[in-house]
Amino acid sequence: MNKILLIIKREYLSRVKKKSFLLVTFLVPLFLIGIYALTIYLTAKSFESNHAVVHLIDQSGLFAGKMNNNEQITFLEVSDDIAKEKARILNEEGKTFLLIIPPDMAESAQVELFAKETASLGVQGDVSNQLEQVLRDIAYAEAGIDRATVESINPEVHLSAKEITEEGEKDSSAGAAMGIAMSLSIVVYICLFLYGAQVMRGIIEEKSSRIVEVIISSVKPFQLMMGKIIGIGLVGLTQFILWIVLSSSLMGVASVGMTDGQEIRKQLTEQGLSGDEVQEVAKSQDGMFGKVTRELGKVDFQTIVITFLLYFFGGYLLYSALFAAVGSAVDSETETQQFMFPITIPLLFTYILSFGVLINDPHGPLSFWLSMIPFTSPIAMLVRVPFGVPTWEIVLSLVLLVGGFILTTWVAGRIYRVGILMYGKKASYKELVKWFRYKG
Amino acid sequence: MLEIKNIVKQYANHRALDDVSTRVEQGSIFGLLGPNGAGKTSLIRIINQITAPDSGEVFFDGQPLSPDHIGRIGYLPEERGLYKKMEIGEQMLYLAQLKGLSKQEATSRIKHWFEKMEMQSWWHKKVEDLSKGMQQKVQFVATVVHQPDLIILDEPFTGFDPVNVNIIKEEILSLNRNGATIIFSTHRMESVEELCDSIVLINKSKKILDGKVREIKKAYRTNTYRVEHLSHDVQLASVEGLFAIESREDKGENTALTIKIAAGRTINDVLAHLLPIVQIHELKEIIPSIHDIFVQQVTTKASNPLISEQE
Repeated sequence: MNKILLIIKREYLSRVKKKSFLLVTFLVPLFLIGIYALTIYLTAKSFESNHAVVHLIDQSGLFAGKMNNNEQITFLEVSDDIAKEKARILNEEGKTFLLIIPPDMAESAQVELFAKETASLGVQGDVSNQLEQVLRDIAYAEAGIDRATVESINPEVHLSAKEITEEGEKDSSAGAAMGIAMSLSIVVYICLFLYGAQVMRGIIEEKSSRIVEVIISSVKPFQLMMGKIIGIGLVGLTQFILWIVLSSSLMGVASVGMTDGQEIRKQLTEQGLSGDEVQEVAKSQDGMFGKVTRELGKVDFQTIVITFLLYFFGGYLLYSALFAAVGSAVDSETETQQFMFPITIPLLFTYILSFGVLINDPHGPLSFWLSMIPFTSPIAMLVRVPFGVPTWEIVLSLVLLVGGFILTTWVAGRIYRVGILMYGKKASYKELVKWFRYKG
Repeated sequence: MLEIKNIVKQYANHRALDDVSTRVEQGSIFGLLGPNGAGKTSLIRIINQITAPDSGEVFFDGQPLSPDHIGRIGYLPEERGLYKKMEIGEQMLYLAQLKGLSKQEATSRIKHWFEKMEMQSWWHKKVEDLSKGMQQKVQFVATVVHQPDLIILDEPFTGFDPVNVNIIKEEILSLNRNGATIIFSTHRMESVEELCDSIVLINKSKKILDGKVREIKKAYRTNTYRVEHLSHDVQLASVEGLFAIESREDKGENTALTIKIAAGRTINDVLAHLLPIVQIHELKEIIPSIHDIFVQQVTTKASNPLISEQE
């Protein structure tokens, strides 16, 4: 036992002390935060847009004096000489536009906006919004409807999906659950391969550097194999926990600094927006952030993190034993291809299914069975967990996973102890079966 | 020290060891000899408990082999190596601890050996930064650092450069003088012949003979001598019932003869005959080398005095 601990310690420390480990551990959260921060920065940036000047030729006479200047646009009514105005636009620097409203505007609803460069979508949107508002006001007036009355009628329905469970009702969120389920299946799929391959590479390294026989004269091959598997598994867990801690703390800091609704409101006011518009923008901001926060709030993160760590470690133990057997059977990484296929298939199968079947029908029979079979449960169950899974199913599936892991480790151990001493011999499946049957 | 009894090791379609028995005396240097593929490495792996025999037993100091004995054995495998990216000192420490040493004890032993082998400055170096010769020294220290009572060296001198071979031979002999039992396993029989007290010869998974080197050689004496005498135009001839001349070599001033003494006569009888006739320059018994004995054993399958004795 003491020797296994020594092996675990070496496998763990030799990897954790590597510069690449530290780099990946700290860069990934920073990268995530970076993307998050960039998105927010760009969103904020879009509010402080460049000012545009729109020269207005209103041949219809409907819009004179009704276009509002704001932070984005200043409207200037100019003479009706289209040719002269067009020539002037050509000589203008910066964002100057020429808006021509034809006499039959009310019927055709066609206007033209000229500029040296095509107007940005923001300007285009703002101009057409204002035009529409004016036309709408005219229509309201003709129909004898008071605009304020219309605006006061603004029904909004908030539908909240609830699940009935034994503990009572709780909020459920299909949207957030789907997102989380998909990310979990991607993360587990990638990580099982990532860390499993590390086990395989470690074994190939020991075999090709010929140190393996020196070591197994001191410890049992099985101890060496398990020590390596557990050591690398702990490296994986360390990395995840650091990622979770670092990301969430950095996210926390970033969110407080950048998405404060009050802050945005204040900024907008300073930029000279009218109270109404500030209210409008702030509402949409609150709406977006609030909705995401509300949706995420319905998800039971604690359960997800715990089940994720359990299934990652269980699935990792199961698959890394198979990776270990492959590593022991070959002399170099290039020879691993033929054995990788059967390992990849169940994972790939579940992974692909998780996007279609599992997410759409997380409680159906296929989802249930896939989340019970140890070879597929690490992905299948994690996809289901955000949708809410009865505890007994999780427990049963974990017990089966442990059973599966004991089985694969036993099989892999028998192949491993023979394989690591077979130098320069190309192994076939037939050979592996033979090794498995050797005594002692 | 080690008693090997009726070991059988069967792999899928070939038998690596077929009823092999032998014993290794405490404090001796023991040669485990045989051509490649004879089953030497299989036997060593069984002694090291890397694999288990299908039948038969190994006794270590009278007790059946158990994991407790692992720390008392030092093993230098034929296929050997070190972690390329690990620091030498750390690596030694790891290997010594795996053999059951405490960290503290391992550190002091390693420091002692590093001083002895003049490699103190290597502690923080990585294996990949060392020359081949330096790596061999490190590998040797890793084998003996836990002061094993039994040191097993599989093909110890292949892959080592000649300078290191001598350094390491000296170290092995000094360990042996201090009480360690040594097992050399090699297919190059001449390389260990003069070092070994006892040997076992294995061929095609079967033991063909074992025993003390001196006794084996005695048993395989052919009563053949090489006599060199001053020529002086004397032409010696075979004497019926005393000796027969098998070959004659003219070496200018001297003539060298290979003679076989007739049964029941001794070299003294031959000398008594020769002394009045020629001036003897050199006299030497031609003793078969272990290699010769081996070749004789496997090619002719002739009478085997030692095995027939036992049976």
